Amino acid sequence: MEALFTATFLTALLYGVVTAGLPLLLAGLGEQISEKAGVLNIGIEGMMLAGAYAGFSAALATQSLWLGFIAGALAGIGVALLMALFCIRYGMNQIVIGIALTLGVEGLTALLHHFQFARTRPSLGRAPDFSLPWLSDIPVIGPALFTHNPLVYLGLALVPLLAWLFRRSAIGLNLQAAGDKPGALDASGVSVAMTRTGAVLSTGALAGLGGAYMSEVGAGLFVPYMTGGAGFIGIVLAMLARGRPLWVLYGALLFGVSLALTTALQVGGFNIPTDVVQMLPFLMVMLVLVIFARHSVLPPALGLPYVRGER
Amino acid sequence: MSPDGSLAAALRVALPILLAFAAGALVLLALGKNPLDYYTFVFRRGLFSWPGLQETITRSAPLLLIAAGLIVAFRAGIWNLGVDGQFLLAAVVCSAVAPWLIGLLPRWLALAASLAVAAGVGASWSLIPALLKARYGVNEIITTLMMSFLGISLANVLIKLVFRDPTTTVPQTPTLPVPYRLPRLFDTTIHFGVVIALVAILLVHFVMTRTAFGLKLRIVGANPRAAVHAGLPMSGLTFATFALSAALIGMGGAVEILGVHGTVRADWNPAYGLLVIPLVFLARFNGLGSILFVLFFAALQIGGESAARRLGVPHYYVLLLVSLVLLFLAIVEYLDHLTARRRTAV
Repeated sequence: MEALFTATFLTALLYGVVTAGLPLLLAGLGEQISEKAGVLNIGIEGMMLAGAYAGFSAALATQSLWLGFIAGALAGIGVALLMALFCIRYGMNQIVIGIALTLGVEGLTALLHHFQFARTRPSLGRAPDFSLPWLSDIPVIGPALFTHNPLVYLGLALVPLLAWLFRRSAIGLNLQAAGDKPGALDASGVSVAMTRTGAVLSTGALAGLGGAYMSEVGAGLFVPYMTGGAGFIGIVLAMLARGRPLWVLYGALLFGVSLALTTALQVGGFNIPTDVVQMLPFLMVMLVLVIFARHSVLPPALGLPYVRGER
Repeated sequence: MSPDGSLAAALRVALPILLAFAAGALVLLALGKNPLDYYTFVFRRGLFSWPGLQETITRSAPLLLIAAGLIVAFRAGIWNLGVDGQFLLAAVVCSAVAPWLIGLLPRWLALAASLAVAAGVGASWSLIPALLKARYGVNEIITTLMMSFLGISLANVLIKLVFRDPTTTVPQTPTLPVPYRLPRLFDTTIHFGVVIALVAILLVHFVMTRTAFGLKLRIVGANPRAAVHAGLPMSGLTFATFALSAALIGMGGAVEILGVHGTVRADWNPAYGLLVIPLVFLARFNGLGSILFVLFFAALQIGGESAARRLGVPHYYVLLLVSLVLLFLAIVEYLDHLTARRRTAV
């Protein structure tokens, strides 16, 4: 029991919170961009998984984490391109296409895993951390919060950047219009399809990056279905954040805590079946939804394809 | 419908499937497998051998019940994506209750009661999403998915901590002895659950297309605002839809246990949910069409599982195939729409 409150344990727990929370943050921010523009991106789970596979494979082949991250983002964009083609260009049902893409990526990456990695089970070494000067010297908090893969800091920097983009830039305004009243955006001479496509591709890049972080840094290996619903949690985060990136960060940390507790409790020697602890993040979502149900807001044109001249 | 129209309809369904198989063949080639060998093996095993066909029909029982549940929800415009949680929880509770009920009641009554329990468990697991949707309009896609993840873990917790059979080493629920399971049909390995499933999906089809209740649900699905203006009791209908949908899915879990396995092992999750959804879409929420697609898919699954052992192509391949069918369906539908528009423009 005392083991729970030592400095090392606390450091490990906080470190785990950030590691578990980052993919959720990236997914949540990505989904937020799509939802703002009126696309409910159910395919985000597939985009993350594609990123996880591509990131791991590329990092394994080139021995470079960064090339892995880039490959992951590109794979996410690849899946997002299909999503944009079917849902925005063809105006197909976003839920069906999202499910189809997720299923397809699940099947494809599991197949590839079977033929490439199942026998040899390769893994990457522990990813090097980057210690922020000064800050990382603080006891407990330093090694826990300020000694991470550089992608973590980039992900955090994205929060104010997106907040600024949403609030103060023309792009943000266009995104908002594409989700709230696509007709108005069209009337002002901006292409709804292009705006939404851009949004979905950005989602793909962020989701793919999140997936790559999970496989390259979080796990060091790739296993089928490894994202395990992280993309779906991202959708919840975006839904509850009501268009505010900072809230996505809070949410991601909250889920990070429950995910990190899963491992921490086991390390701490608590004899609870993993299934009980695995329920925590989802229990948390439902609790949050039940408590804040009234406050979850989605754009009016969410999920609807835009057809010019149609009412 | 004119013969010309039905031909076009058949083509619209067959074309995506053929294209998906062709694209899938390319993937197999890339993996160094012979696609012709694979497809012949899968269909010979799943459809054109008597034991394989019986397995296929048996497998379609839970799938048909899930399809029935999804049709109710989707027609009412409610996206119940929580199939796996509802299915597994119902299966686990049913498998715990059935051996106990067998000791109290005559066989058929015990089986019927177990089915009812499963339906109740399934329905109860949709209660929170229904409440959130009816009260606050919270998107049910998210809530049902989350409840599904929760349900899958809770099912495992129940198996390991509550219903565990003390006599086995692997955590599993008590086994229902074979003579007490759902009766087999004639001399086959097909169990009575298939009949239940067929009746259920036909009944759903009838209710949704021919009754006032079905019409109400379809109005809610097609145009919620019109439904409100027509004075339909929206929240009541939302609850009814969720409960009916999840109860049918729960019964799907029950027939799989009462007819085939007799027990649920820890970490068993066939993950039928995301697979049946595309089938129901392919059938355009039509109950009769769903029967065909479910049988076709069950054959693919049975053949695919066998091919995994024989030909070394993992059963994940079937996932990819289903996804390709959906994507090609989307393309074909789009092209169809395009040519129709061009025709009206001329």
